[in-house]
Amino acid sequence: MKKVFGVLLIGLLSACASQTPQPSAEVEEKSVGTQPQTEAPRATTEGGPTLNPLTDPKNILSKRSIYFDFDSYVVKDEFRSLVVAHAHYLRNNTGARALVQGNTDERGSREYNLALGQRRADAVKYAMTLSGAKEAQIESVSLGEEKPRATGHDEASWAENRRVDIRYQGE
Amino acid sequence: MIYSLFAAHVKVNSMPIRLYRLSGYAIVLLFWLVGMPAHAALNIEIFGGGATQIPIAIVPFAAEEKLQQSVTAVVGADLQRSGLFKLVDPGGLRPHEPVEVVYPDWMSRGAGALVIGSTTMLPGGQVSLRVKLLDVAKQAEIAAYTETVPAEQLRAAAHRIADLIYEKLTGDVGVFSTRIAYVVKQGKKYSLQVADADGFNAQPVIEYTEPIISPAWSPDGTRLAYVSFENKKPVVYVQTLATRARKAVANFRGSNSAPAWSPDGKKLAVVLSLMGGSQLFLVNADGSGGLQRISQSSGIDTEPSFSPDGRYIIFTSDRGGSPQIYRMQVTGSPSTSAERLTFEGSYNVSPHYSSDGRSFTFVHRSGDRFNVAIQDIATRQVQLLTDSQFDESPSFAPNGKIILYATEVRGRGILSAVSSDGRTRQQLSTQAGDIREPAWGPLPRLQ
Repeated sequence: MKKVFGVLLIGLLSACASQTPQPSAEVEEKSVGTQPQTEAPRATTEGGPTLNPLTDPKNILSKRSIYFDFDSYVVKDEFRSLVVAHAHYLRNNTGARALVQGNTDERGSREYNLALGQRRADAVKYAMTLSGAKEAQIESVSLGEEKPRATGHDEASWAENRRVDIRYQGE
Repeated sequence: MIYSLFAAHVKVNSMPIRLYRLSGYAIVLLFWLVGMPAHAALNIEIFGGGATQIPIAIVPFAAEEKLQQSVTAVVGADLQRSGLFKLVDPGGLRPHEPVEVVYPDWMSRGAGALVIGSTTMLPGGQVSLRVKLLDVAKQAEIAAYTETVPAEQLRAAAHRIADLIYEKLTGDVGVFSTRIAYVVKQGKKYSLQVADADGFNAQPVIEYTEPIISPAWSPDGTRLAYVSFENKKPVVYVQTLATRARKAVANFRGSNSAPAWSPDGKKLAVVLSLMGGSQLFLVNADGSGGLQRISQSSGIDTEPSFSPDGRYIIFTSDRGGSPQIYRMQVTGSPSTSAERLTFEGSYNVSPHYSSDGRSFTFVHRSGDRFNVAIQDIATRQVQLLTDSQFDESPSFAPNGKIILYATEVRGRGILSAVSSDGRTRQQLSTQAGDIREPAWGPLPRLQ
């Protein structure tokens, strides 16, 4: 067991962080597509307002996260209906575009975790295309361990971060 | 500057199988309190140092006290930081020319080498430096250094003097004039910075409120490739340090990451999910395209690193079921076969070639621990270099003698450097925030 050296370091971070350099060269963007044509179904209650199904808390489409077991990229049964619902939304709204972001917990190499997150995102994308979404409507990317939702170092936090999120263009 | 010395013992457990761990060694702990807060971004602690440290005495140069920056202080700090030198106190002795040296005085102090010199302030803010390295036993001059520099460049001149001393006394190329890149995360802000190898003169390269990972130096040291998440997905950029101009060189559909420069500086190996999964491709480093697929597997292929002659790439792949390190030849077409290099355990990742191409450093997981290791390619012998818990992103200094990596101490991200024989360690930390993703820059080109 390595001894812990109680050392007080009296160095100062250099005072150079004031300016954020702006990228000055042209940045090639491959943008995902056009604005989605969302169709808001009428609410069932008479005289009620029409709601965007993607953000209506009563609509399964407002749920955007699929969770994974450790070291796994299998979409579990409990998330099937969620995946199918989003797939049908894309199938019914051909102009809609989704960004599917994969995440991992913090353990291990950042770049390898980026690739593991990609596997998870690809699995969700694939499942969505099986249910009618078009491949061109979905971009699957990875955030690896870089954008954790839970910042603890325990299994509960890690489980929260083994996750794919579905986002729609225009949000 | 204040030095504080005390010794402590550290025990390192020995490992079975074919992994060799180092036995316990005495540790000398040095504290470096930085006196120039405006320039010091990193605090550096040094651990270790073998029994064979070279005792060297550095006598403050004539008229050095008049300068805005002490040259001998920087030289002494550089040599100490390498772990290969033990500074001998000059006491009250102040020779500045060889004729003034009374060698028996230095023999009795235990010095094997002696550094003396003088400085002269010239008009126009220039400083003239004349330095001599002497062998105490042979009573002879080993090397001399003479240069006139602007006063603002006294630190740089001191680093060159330390490089010369290091080379003459160890036979290896010194890296005191090099720079390192790293990412600092503080709150929601990420800052990619470049600093001198001793932690001074840190400059931001790019700062944003989205993550930055995987910085990689171009072989000529003028550009940095890195991965930015500013567009809500990973994109590879190349930025020219002098002008801050940058270009997205890999911004394809899906994820783009893990840039690695070819030795001629013209291409980058990158990992793209463009064609499914995570596979290796080459792109032109100037952003002009040139997409070329180089790996073909049904698994994850990532973390490429070019051999110094450009003929091979080592990389991480889980095509065999678990992440291991493989080597493939760089040819015109995608390689379906690669030679597996690692066989111990189920998780070996993050390989980086040494500068002589004969070994690579990587991260080996054993149980819950992630440690830096080094493997000789010809003999396949593996040596674990650390016994901490969460090591990542190891890379070599350009002389192949030090490995820089990221780790965690008491929950905070810091950088650490270990000598390639495992004997000496440094820790580099910032006062606030986490520091990670280090990359050691190349040797400075001759002007």
